[in-house]
Amino acid sequence: MGRFLLQRLAGFVATLVAASVVVFLVLEVLPGDAAQVMLGPEAPAETVRALAHKLGVDRPPLARYLGWVEGMATGDLGTSYAYDTPVGELVAPSLALTLPLAALAMTLNTVLGLTLGLYAASRHNRLGDIVVMSLSQIGIALPTFWVGILLILLFAVALGWLPAGGFPGWSAGFWPALRALILPAVALALVQGAILARVTRAAVLDVMREDFVRTALAKGLSPGAALRRHVLRNAMIPIVTVLGLQLSSLLVLTIVVENVFSLPGLGHLILNAIANRDIVVVRDAVMLLAAMVVVVNFVVDLLYVAIDPRLSLREP
Amino acid sequence: MSLSARAAGNRSFAVGGLLTLALLATAALSLVWTPLSPYLIDVPQKLQLPSARHWFGTDSLGRDVFSMLMVGAQNSILVGVIAVSVGLLLGTALGVLAAERRGWVEEAVMRLADFTFAFPAILLAIMFTAVLGAGIVNSIIAIGIFNVPIFARVARGSAKAIWQRDFVMAARAAGRNRLGITLVHILPNILSVLSVQVTIQFANAILWEAALSYLGLGTQPPQPSWGRMLNDAQAQLFQAPWLALFPGFAIMLAVLGLNLLGDGLRDLLDPRGTRRAIAAPPARR
Repeated sequence: MGRFLLQRLAGFVATLVAASVVVFLVLEVLPGDAAQVMLGPEAPAETVRALAHKLGVDRPPLARYLGWVEGMATGDLGTSYAYDTPVGELVAPSLALTLPLAALAMTLNTVLGLTLGLYAASRHNRLGDIVVMSLSQIGIALPTFWVGILLILLFAVALGWLPAGGFPGWSAGFWPALRALILPAVALALVQGAILARVTRAAVLDVMREDFVRTALAKGLSPGAALRRHVLRNAMIPIVTVLGLQLSSLLVLTIVVENVFSLPGLGHLILNAIANRDIVVVRDAVMLLAAMVVVVNFVVDLLYVAIDPRLSLREP
Repeated sequence: MSLSARAAGNRSFAVGGLLTLALLATAALSLVWTPLSPYLIDVPQKLQLPSARHWFGTDSLGRDVFSMLMVGAQNSILVGVIAVSVGLLLGTALGVLAAERRGWVEEAVMRLADFTFAFPAILLAIMFTAVLGAGIVNSIIAIGIFNVPIFARVARGSAKAIWQRDFVMAARAAGRNRLGITLVHILPNILSVLSVQVTIQFANAILWEAALSYLGLGTQPPQPSWGRMLNDAQAQLFQAPWLALFPGFAIMLAVLGLNLLGDGLRDLLDPRGTRRAIAAPPARR
């Protein structure tokens, strides 16, 4: 068990380092001259040199990489070229929107997907199952951003119940801020919930075919008790795998959904930074998102073992 | 029952096949004919409701929406075919290599695949766009790279199972080298699993391409793309809400068709029906 944890921890750190190297290579070394990219091809050489010096990109790549990593470790994310503010001051408020949005979407997705999946499995091959499966087949074919647009059409344009976009900020009070996140979270959760419902149903049906479930039923356990005691725990591995993948997907998909609803989150920050050729912000924000994905994957790995301790004994 | 008889009787396969054929036929037809030019700007005719002249109405620049949708199909297929081919070729090569060599080669390939999952297609596209500027090539590269580890995992898993089979043992005993066995025995036997994955990844590629174009990171105007059309439509949501419907339905039908085709293929190629559960990695959008 201890050896397993150490292995996983080493893998986690190695992945983070590799991710930072890739981000650094693509965004800082590949373009050749970050200052030129920021200022555009027609900028005078003098200005480019001055900016290069200010950004520190006239130093050798290895020194820049180590400086960047050291800065991230100490919380100093560099300075945005377009806004002339520390990147940390841009990222922190955007995370105050993106993280609650992802959390809300994840909660809705889990409730929706597990409920529908369990229901469909319990009605296997009957009407309820067929309806849920047909709806989820359509659900997984929907682009999340289109669902967002349709929700705006229905709830903002036609009914006027919820705002079409924008974010008043948490300082405006909990409810007004939450109201602005409802439609975006529902847009995210509808599509992901359809995926989760299918996986949950399949996982539960798979386990229900196992001999130990038949034994449990044969010895007189009620179907509900068999489900709780034997089926759910064994169906958890594929479900947790998908939940982990979905959490990282949701974090990344917020980039798209924030754009649909004009929410000033991390995705909005990134797209603005691209428009402004603000590579420093793009670099740090992309690294942050990649790091979040890596952390989620790591936590899911650990959860596997919590669910099924046998896994720590097997070869990875 | 013969395979063709079962194919006709499989509802997923039949419906999915028809929708996919319709997608391909629309794209092919748009190469030679569209009702009007999708590039023809006619501002006085902007935001028209559907009519005999403009079947799906006109957009904010007076362009014919139906013609734009037809040409947009080309765009989705172009990105899907190239991106999935990149993933299929590179991923399958890596996967069968891992299954053949085992040991550190397998370990390295799988760690690389794990690592690539830290960069979903949108993050890759964002990085490429920041460096190279927006364009359709970025979305193709980003979606292509994203597909490599998916195919590598599927190919390795199925190839390893085939290596355990008796006829492979026999070939080894007969003195065939490992590369020969991979080419003659392993690859043909994992093609069916790969073909299922191709349809599903094609569907995902269409979704990714639409999202990237919607964000302005993918296909650039005036080339019509479904994602871009939805972005334009959103700006007119209060004046012309119907514009936001057609491109979304086009994406939905294309993706639904490919997903159903994949499900149907899986059932047909695995008649025991033991793998009816969706075994494919879930879509990341």
